Amino acid sequence: MDTTATGTAHGHEHAHEHDHAHHEELGFLRKWVFSLDHKVIGIQYAITGLLFLLFGFTLMMVMRFQLAYPGHPIPLIGPWLGDANAPNGVMLPEFYNQLGAMHGTIMVFLGVVPLAVGGFGNFVMPLQIGAPDMAFPKLNMMSYWVYFCGGVTMFASFFIQGGAAQSGWTSYPPLSVVVATNGQVYWLVGMIFLITSSLLGSVNFIVTIVQLRAKGLSYMRLPFFVWAQLVTSFLLLLAFPPLEAAGVLQLMDRVAGTSFFLPSGLVISGKPLTVAGGGNPLLWQHLFWFLAHPEVYVLILPAMGIVGEVIANNTRKPLWGYKALVYAVIFLGFMSFIVWAHHMFMTGMGTTISAFFQTTTMIISIPSVIVLTAMLLSLWGASIRFTTPMLFALAFLPMFGIGGLTGLPLGLAPSDIHLHDTYYVIGHFHYVVAPGTIFALFAGVYYWFPKATGRMMNETLGKIHFWGSIVAINFVFMPMFIQGLGGMNRRMYDGGMQYAHNAGLLKWNIVIGVAAWALGLFQLPFIVNFFGSMKWGKLVDRNPWQATTLEWSAPSPPGHGNFVVEPVVYRGPYEYSVPGAPSDFTPSFEPERS
Amino acid sequence: MEIPYTVEPRPDSGLANGKLGIWLFLASEVMLFGALFSTYILLRVGAVEWPHGELSVKLGAINTFILIASSVTMVVAWAKLKMNEFSKGRLYIIVTAVLALVFLVNKYFEYADHFSRGEGPWHSTFLAIYFTLTGLHGLHILGGIVVMAYLAGPGAGLWKKNPDQFTNRVEYTGLYWHFVDLVWIFLFPVLYLL
Amino acid sequence: MSEHPVDMRKSIRTYGIVGGLLFVFTAITVGVNLIHVSSVALAITIALVIATMKGTMVAAIFMHLNHEKKWIYGALVLTVVFFVVLILLPNLTVSDTIGTPSSYTISAEQAAHKAEKAEK
Repeated sequence: MDTTATGTAHGHEHAHEHDHAHHEELGFLRKWVFSLDHKVIGIQYAITGLLFLLFGFTLMMVMRFQLAYPGHPIPLIGPWLGDANAPNGVMLPEFYNQLGAMHGTIMVFLGVVPLAVGGFGNFVMPLQIGAPDMAFPKLNMMSYWVYFCGGVTMFASFFIQGGAAQSGWTSYPPLSVVVATNGQVYWLVGMIFLITSSLLGSVNFIVTIVQLRAKGLSYMRLPFFVWAQLVTSFLLLLAFPPLEAAGVLQLMDRVAGTSFFLPSGLVISGKPLTVAGGGNPLLWQHLFWFLAHPEVYVLILPAMGIVGEVIANNTRKPLWGYKALVYAVIFLGFMSFIVWAHHMFMTGMGTTISAFFQTTTMIISIPSVIVLTAMLLSLWGASIRFTTPMLFALAFLPMFGIGGLTGLPLGLAPSDIHLHDTYYVIGHFHYVVAPGTIFALFAGVYYWFPKATGRMMNETLGKIHFWGSIVAINFVFMPMFIQGLGGMNRRMYDGGMQYAHNAGLLKWNIVIGVAAWALGLFQLPFIVNFFGSMKWGKLVDRNPWQATTLEWSAPSPPGHGNFVVEPVVYRGPYEYSVPGAPSDFTPSFEPERS
Repeated sequence: MEIPYTVEPRPDSGLANGKLGIWLFLASEVMLFGALFSTYILLRVGAVEWPHGELSVKLGAINTFILIASSVTMVVAWAKLKMNEFSKGRLYIIVTAVLALVFLVNKYFEYADHFSRGEGPWHSTFLAIYFTLTGLHGLHILGGIVVMAYLAGPGAGLWKKNPDQFTNRVEYTGLYWHFVDLVWIFLFPVLYLL
Repeated sequence: MSEHPVDMRKSIRTYGIVGGLLFVFTAITVGVNLIHVSSVALAITIALVIATMKGTMVAAIFMHLNHEKKWIYGALVLTVVFFVVLILLPNLTVSDTIGTPSSYTISAEQAAHKAEKAEK
């Protein structure tokens, strides 16, 4: 990789010496496949993550056809699905369940987190703190390939006899242990790979942020994105291991005949199970949700970080309430560990412990509101540039607001009795993750694409992508609240047809289906833009957005070692429109004027 | 391009990268074994009866002494390296690994004894959690042996090039090893005695 | 680079002494187990107290935690808090019956209710 050496004449000699001393031509494999460079690894994560997002989206598009027109042969791809999944192109319930379980698993673990943390975190964070790379480059490389193995395992499960996992992304026993096919074993093994990858990555992120900050970059001068990644890494570090343990336990239940999760006296289809018994299905739920709740904050925090960066840059103002934002996300991270049983209100726990979890759940909404409010207040009096990243970042705010607010009745047990396991839940969490996180991730792609490639993405295609997506996505998820409030259960392969009380709600399935396919169509401009701009995008220099954070002082794309001159930070991360300054942005890396 | 603070500590944190890294990793391991201990408690509290006397207290106690001894030899190995006595340090690493191997051999006898009677993890909830806890712990012992073998063998070349970095690696391995010992200090009474 | 040899030799002596202490405590643990204590709760408490003492020595002396840095302490405190949460809370959800009648209470009530009805 060449370094566009337009640094000052008296560049830091130390850096140059090492460049010359260690400059060996790396072979293709060492340079592009098993690279130790965080930028290459970040791009590997990002592209793999985006591909899995697309794949998970495709699964959902097929599901929505079955839900809109239950029992009809699936057009176009029906014949390719095979008789085991869809004889005569008509989806079998088992296949629907596979699609559902894998859609969730793939989107969360193979799509969003690898893109948000592995992709953006890896690529942007070291640049934003002025580091030459991550603290442990070899560990970083291993993290990606372990993730890759997990992804391959998950993907492969579709093609084995019995198909992929089909007990929900939540894999509750006894169903997942006793009834589910071997795809569940692949799921468990895949999860163990993915969790290991995340654990190795989180250690790397925390050490890098603590140890490799540039001179002058104190903690309270860190870009908000970095704070978000730091908290996220702690969540991954401490919350994932219990699920890894649980995965091993369920694997043993399936393969070694243990009964960690199988109670005594269980009878299935008239036959009592020949296991030792003495297990507890709730044990799985606790261990699973102990991770899965912090996991949702893993999904949202990097997104909030990206939105913060994009908003500051496109309002030409500092972020409002920087300190409040930092303390809010730290508090959020801590609280996320003590709310998990709000996913288990219907499991018969005592009212005291239930009250505890309801209370902590209500409290955890406060830091989220603080973050959202700070972002909104940042818009007041701003000179807003409605660039494509800014459009996505702005849309994030009300979409995340809807998602967050609709979570409140779910966090209170009395209302949760009616809403649990209905489409209301699906509407709630998709609002936070889809028009929430994924929109923020799109903002991040448009925003940092010039840093990674030296070229801008096309604004027209970007705006088509945005407007089509924001309209379509609301028609996908808003009706789900109506369906859920009407009592329509989730995870039903016939769209709820079999229950009389759903009769008036079925028409929404068609609305949702059409909107989902429209949403899919509007991703095409993005895909074309993403790959096309790599070749034909407008060439730009280091700082096309006139931004203030450190990554914009490096060349676009940065070379080996990232910075031509050793970076020094002189001020806070968002010094936009400083009174008396010659331009409307004063980068953090620009020396004091005499 | 060099990553700073690989060996010398960063002034404001007072840490070298690897020191922080290994402690964070150990924190995650606390949560991993914590989940299994939580499993043990939940299953035992929910059990009508819980077996006693099914495990060999003698073998368990012997293994406890072995592991404690190996912890001593591990930290002494690091101390010797700090005193620039490379061959003594290397010897203590090897002794630690050998003690660890003896631990595993004892475990093998314990497991074989159960299996010969058809008492695998499927036999009861107690044995299920016993095999899982000790099995995972045993895998960690194995991992430690592999790292020690590397440090005493092919990895020892680093001492010539960068003795401080080598000593740090031994220290981090030691921290991991003491953690493995720590887990056993709780495993032994919980599984064998209570 | 290398520590002062005298200091390190003192440390090695300390390690040996602590190792010996750990041996003694292990012997005590096994010995106490042979004495059949009255209640299970007491046995568990004694075992865990001794184990915690041993663990503290390993952590403080062998792992040098007695003079570590803030970030390490911070990360470990956080971990301990969440470890306690993980151990305690799931068990509270299955054993907390405050406010919820137990199955025995319910069936007893139902039985009494049935008996009442039968008498009428």
